[in-house]
Formats: sequence, structure tokens, C-alpha cells
Amino acid sequence: MSTAVIKGSDNAAIWGPYNLIMWLAGIVFVVIMAITAIFTLMFRERPGREAQQIHGNTRLEVIWTMIPVAIVVAITVPTISTIQAQSAPPPADAMKVIAIGHQWWFEFQYPDLGISTANELHLPVDKPVHFELRSADVIHSFWVPQIAGKVDMVPGHTNFLTFTATEARPEPYLGQCAELCGFSHANMRFRVFVDAQSDFDSWSKSVAAKAVTPVSPLAKQGQEIFNRSACIGCHTVNGTAAQGKTAPDLSHVGARTTIAAGILVNNEANLTRWIHNSADVKPGSLMPPMAKSAGGALSDEEIKAVAAYLLELK
Amino acid sequence: MATIAGTLTQPASSGIWSWITTVDHKRIGALYGVTAFIFFMWGGFQALLIRTQLAVPHGVVIDAKLFNELFTMHALTMIFLAVMPLGASFTNYLLPLMVGARDVAFPRLNALSYWVFLFGGLLLTSSFFFGAPDGGWFNYAPLSSKQYSPGPGITFYAVGLLILGVSSLMAALNFATTIINMRAPGMTMMRLPVFVWMSLIISFLLILALPPLTVALLQLLFDREYGTHFFIASEGGDPILWQHLFWIFGHPEVYILILPAMGIVSEVIPVFSRKPLFGYPAIVFAGVAIAFLGWAVWSHHMFTTGMGAVPKTIFATNTMIIAIPTGVKIFNWLGTMYGGSLRLNTAMSFSIAFIALFTIGGISGVMHASPPVDMQHQDTYFVVAHIHYVLVGGAVTAIFSGIYYWFPKMTGRFLDERLGMLHFWLWFFGVNLTFFPMHYLGLLGMPRRIYTYDAGLGWGLWNMVETIGAYVLAASILVFVWNFFKAMSQPQTAPANPWDAATLEWATSSPPPEHDFDVVPVVRARDPLWHDRDHGIEPAQPTGEHIHVPPPSYYPILIAAGMTVMAMGPLSHLALTAIGAVIVVYGIWGWALEPTE
Repeated sequence: MSTAVIKGSDNAAIWGPYNLIMWLAGIVFVVIMAITAIFTLMFRERPGREAQQIHGNTRLEVIWTMIPVAIVVAITVPTISTIQAQSAPPPADAMKVIAIGHQWWFEFQYPDLGISTANELHLPVDKPVHFELRSADVIHSFWVPQIAGKVDMVPGHTNFLTFTATEARPEPYLGQCAELCGFSHANMRFRVFVDAQSDFDSWSKSVAAKAVTPVSPLAKQGQEIFNRSACIGCHTVNGTAAQGKTAPDLSHVGARTTIAAGILVNNEANLTRWIHNSADVKPGSLMPPMAKSAGGALSDEEIKAVAAYLLELK
Repeated sequence: MATIAGTLTQPASSGIWSWITTVDHKRIGALYGVTAFIFFMWGGFQALLIRTQLAVPHGVVIDAKLFNELFTMHALTMIFLAVMPLGASFTNYLLPLMVGARDVAFPRLNALSYWVFLFGGLLLTSSFFFGAPDGGWFNYAPLSSKQYSPGPGITFYAVGLLILGVSSLMAALNFATTIINMRAPGMTMMRLPVFVWMSLIISFLLILALPPLTVALLQLLFDREYGTHFFIASEGGDPILWQHLFWIFGHPEVYILILPAMGIVSEVIPVFSRKPLFGYPAIVFAGVAIAFLGWAVWSHHMFTTGMGAVPKTIFATNTMIIAIPTGVKIFNWLGTMYGGSLRLNTAMSFSIAFIALFTIGGISGVMHASPPVDMQHQDTYFVVAHIHYVLVGGAVTAIFSGIYYWFPKMTGRFLDERLGMLHFWLWFFGVNLTFFPMHYLGLLGMPRRIYTYDAGLGWGLWNMVETIGAYVLAASILVFVWNFFKAMSQPQTAPANPWDAATLEWATSSPPPEHDFDVVPVVRARDPLWHDRDHGIEPAQPTGEHIHVPPPSYYPILIAAGMTVMAMGPLSHLALTAIGAVIVVYGIWGWALEPTE
């Protein structure tokens, strides 16, 4: 999550003024600390020392007012030009992504590609992407520090962020919500995969497609349980009866590397734990417990089947 | 309390009732000080819990909900129940003495301010029993709405801060009137001690900043309890409105927190440098400039909310500009030390540390004054580092300086210097150990207000270091408390002016008599006691005239109780608001008609 690693155009733009400001801050810090320490030691009371009864020195005061003015001007100029650059309208060929904050997960829609997904964002390298940032409930903030600065997701508003990711790699970049949004603010994370264009194209084709039909008997059984349970009230699985809109789209959840908004590795054990009682993992979770032992309707075997089904939804 | 009574003043009566009905500014100052310090330790305890939970990744000490309550209440406690009232404690005690008056303009209003503070603080703190506020101290909408915060916590926040605002507002009106109207003969504005100037400035800041906060809190209360939609987007309201109203208060608030501290440092450093303050007019004008400019920067707290380029540019520029008068003060204090004969006792050590620590906080603040940089700093530990350097390294450090400096005047005793220096070094080391690594954690992308974090991000080591630092700070406070009780058990031996200081509070006994001055002093210059010493002018002798002292009254505590009952109405049943109003009206009636001779 280090902000000092620059993997995107917006973070690169930020580090223009940031570098200068860091250096100036460091110099001012060293100078003031040194003067304070030197004066404290040099002017300690000693026998025979008299304090010089100085009331002021106008010339000195003017100089030491002008120096901070100069420093401030030096900081303000690149600051203003970066603000201008960051608010330029997006290029016409920018890919559009709508990011919607929810308590406590991120919804991502690619309207031009017919994709709706959650918590794991794929972007093509070296192509500008223009985000529309919204919220379905409270204020959240969209932040993937190595690529871009953060912008808040405010209900009733649409905010914008445009950037180009500059390094494709297999490991995702980490993102996290950066505005207190309730009990599980700490657990609201996302991952950004920056792909070569061809990899991005195959990902987007597979995610835009309808959900695959499950193959194994356990997964088929899981699908049947899923479709008659509360799951379909909130979740969507493309091409099935599950068309709920208030929770993450699960059409291709099996292909995701993490679940629960970036806090659990996506495997059978964690899926089972999550379905069993999500509030155990994520305090305040709005997904009700599914296990009979936690007040839900599903037995442990049924949950195992559902997990198997979800893992096959690649 | 009864033992402290006998030591802080020589009252005609003693015992609990004399404290409950007191209108003496010195006693009220003492009440503020002790109460605020207890709240300070309570706020510190909450911080220790927070830091213990964050010491390791996936900590299991505090759960998510309690953690959110703790950081919310830690901030509310420290800001409204500790630092502001500690400032008020000094202003209360010292202001009349420093201007040569015998009390504040409105002694009963002064007492009312204290009792409202105490009861309001207790009401807010009691929320832990029912569900404390957990949306952060600036409590953004719509998380603060009934839909997303159904418990009583946010309502406690609204009514608690409404009451505390009344307390601060009455104090501000009182102090401003006292400074403008009740100065001794010869005490012109440009002869006022810097601490008095700072008190005047923050009084005006409070008078102007509290109304927008009051409006915001009432709107919040009505949204939550009575069906309005000021901040609810789905019904045509706007969450950003809350942010504007809050921060129009919130930014001047930080100057309200720091200017009294700067006033204290401006009193201590000249005395222990044995030379006058360097550039007194510049420090005064810098304070006034900060007070004006402080109204033009509030949206720097909102840089990431989707503001356009023009407002971002304006607020960034104004924020950079305000760094200049702030920085100038640093140079004036250093210039005061230059060529001096420095007595490095505990009071002076804390003031010198203030210079260094506040500078660090100021530097980090100027860094995120730049909106592009703020896109990486906002809501991370970098901001937490900034806040704590200016408030802990700044305000609280200066308050300790003031405590060691004025303790002999207030109690007639000295705090032990060896324990004092132990307190100081533990404090200085603790502040840096706890808060310096937070700059680095912010750089590493650690968001604030998270109850847990993953391993493998490089955050664990520095969080552990910070937690150790927090315990070092706790140890330093224990040393101070021990010093306090040890000192209070000593006989009262302090002379009127043990430090050879310059300002009028040192022209009367330690502690002062109930009527403060036997003779109202005549002021011939700034630093009046040094002027009179250097020109061989003897203090005037008492003439035997009758000195009027405002009589005690029980109406302040009664009205404060009534107001608190009123505040409980939105928390339970509006009948309480009606009952409380009756008590308040009865109290005001009695207050207006009681004899004051």
C-alpha cells in the first residue's frame, strides 16, 4: 500500500509537487531543530552572563517573514499546475468504469463492455481509464495508492477520477476504502489487476458472458440450493434466476482471488466460513447468517455444496 | 476538594457548599483544571486501548464497534473535555490578574460555564453505557443518520456538543468583555500580556464559530429524531452540507486549541530567558492574522470530496498563507531565547519542546495543504501524525509548561523539579516515539480509523513502536500526578514573584487573596513588574477602602443542571426538555433578582 511506489499516472502527477514539498519540509525541519538545540545549549545561564535586553529587530523580522513567503510560493506553483492537470477532462478514448461504494464492498461496472463485478478491478495497462465514483449508502473513498490519489464516493454526488496504470503484472495492486463508513470500514478493500491489453480483453469477454453451468454433482446440487435460498434476493448470477442487485455480482466469483472485499483468500474453507456467518468475519455484515447453527436455513452439507458451486463460477 | 480549597485561596467559608456556589475566578479556574485533567487521563486511557489493539496485525483486544466508539470518544474527550477546558482553566485563573481586575466581568456566568462543562462532559461520557458515538469526532453524514447509526450514540454526540458549546460561548463572551472593559489604569491593548491577547482572539473565534456548529448539530438532531432530511441525499439533502458547516467551526476550533498554548509559551520563555519577548507587536499581529485567515481555509479538510479545481486552488493557497504568521511566531520565540540567560527548569523545558514539536506538526500540515499531496495523505496516519504533533506536542506540552510555571502562584507551593524533569523527558521521548512513526505509516498507505490491519504490509513494527510510546506517555503522566500530590502536601512557602516575572499576577501573594489585589495596580509599560523594578517604583500601599467581592450563588449550578435535563429530552422523552426548561427559567429568574452586594 506504499504511496511512494509509482505505478500510475495520477500518483506520478502527485509526486511532482510531493517531491519538492518533502525536500523543503526536510530542510525547514533540520534548520529549526538545529537552531532550537543550539540556542538552548549556547544561552544556558552561566555565572556572570547577563541577558541582552533586545526588544526586536525590524529588518530581521522582515527577512524571516519573506523566507516563509518564498517557500510557500515555491510550493504553491507546482501545486496549482498539478490541480489543473488533474482536473483536465478525460481523453475521448478513455475506458469508462463506474465504481459504487457499498457498506462494505466495491461494485465495478464497465458500461461499454456490459460487465458488472465486485471488489476486483481489471484494467488494461497504458490506457486511460475514467472513473465515475458513487455511493449506494454512506461516504466511502476509492484509493489504490500506488496508482492514484483518493477520491471520495459521496451519496447524491458523482465524483470523477482519471488515470492510466503504467505497469502490468500478475500481482494485484492493493486498494482500500479511505473514509470511515461504519463497523467494517477496516475490512473494505479491493484489488486492481493491471493486464496487458490481450489479457484484459480475454478477462472482459469471460466476465461479460453468462455464468458457466456447473459440472460436478456437488456444484449442481449447490446451484439448486442457491436458487431456492435467500441468496438470489441480493446476488446476481448471470443467466440464472439470481438477479439480486444489492450484493456483489457472483457470476464469475470463482475466478476472483479474494472474497469478502479483499479480506479472505478465495477458497473452499473461506467461502464456507463466509456463507456460514459473514458477520463473524466482517462485523456488521449485512449478509444474514446462512447456517442453521447461526440462525439461517442451510445445513453444513448444503453450505459445502453452495461453496462448490460458487468456486465453479469462473 | 476541601483541602485544595484551603490552599488555592483563603476563602471566608470552606467546604463543599462553598465550592458549589463559588463565583471566584480562581476557584472556577481550579475546578476547570482538575476536572479537565481527569478527563485528559480518561481520554488517554481510551488512547491506550486503541494503541493496544493496533500493536499487532489482527489484534483481538478491542472489537470493531468498540474501536470505532473509542477513537470517536478519545477525540471528543481530548478536544472538548480536556484541551479546551485546560485552556479555559488558565484563562479563568490568570486573565483578571493579568489585566489588573479583581474578577471576570460576569462571575456567575463564569460559574455557569464550568458547571455546564462538567455536566455536559458527564452526559457525553455516560454514552458508553448506552452506545457511544462511533462515527468519528467529525461525524460525517449520512453515516451519522438514524438509518446507518440507529443506536443513541450520535444523538448523545449532538446534545453533548450542543451543551458544551453553550459553556464555551458564555466563557468567550465573559472573557472578551473582561479584556475590553476591565483593564487596570494604564493597561493599554499593546501592553497586554500575549496570553491575554490570545484569550481575546479565541473568544471572538468561539463567538463566531459556535453558531455554525450549533446549526449543524440541530440539523443533525432533527434529521435523526424528527424526520428532516438536511443531510440525506435520497431525500434531496446533501451530506456535504454537514462537512461545510462542521469545518467552518472545525478549522477555527484548532486555532482555539493552539492559541492559548502559544500564549502560555509567550509568557514562559521571556521570564526564563530573562529578557522581553522578541517582537511583541509581530506576535500580536500574527495572532490576529491567524484569527482572520483561519476562516478562509476550512475546505482543506474536504480536498478529496470532489471539489473543483478553483475551490481547491483557493483553499490550498489560503492554507499556505496561514503558515506564514504561524511560522513567524516560532522565530519570535527563538529570538527571545537568543542572547538570553536561559534557566532550563521544567517549565522552560516544556516551552522549548513546544517550539520543536509544534514546528514538526506545522511542517506536516503545510505538506497536505497541497491538494495533490493530500490525495495521498487524507484519512491516513500521516494526518494522525500531524494532528498529534500540533495538539500533544503543541497544546498539551505548552499546558504542562504553564502548570509548572503558575503552580506556585496558584497553590503557594512548588512542583518538584527532579520529578518535573523526569516527567518532561518521558513526555518528550514518548511524544516522538508514539507519533513520529505515524508519518511513515501514512506514507506506507495505512488508513486511519481502522481497527485492524493485515500482516505483510510493513505496518506491524511501527505500530508496535507507537504502542510502546503510548505507554511511555502514560508513565510520564503518572510521574506528574505523583508530583502534584507530593507538592500539595508541602507547606505554602512560595513568595509573590518566585521567578522574577514581569506580569501583574506576580504582583500579589501566592496564592492571591480572594479579592486578588489589595490595590488595583497602575500600569506604566508592557512587562509592568520589570519596568517598575528597573525604575525603582514601589508598589502602592492599600488604602483601607472596602473591596467588593461578588457573593456566591447556587443559581449557576441549578441552571446547569436544568440545561442538562433539557439535553436528555432527545435521548429519551421530550418531557425532560420541558422539565429542564422550567428549572432553567426558575434559575434565571432567581439569578436576576438575587442581591449582588
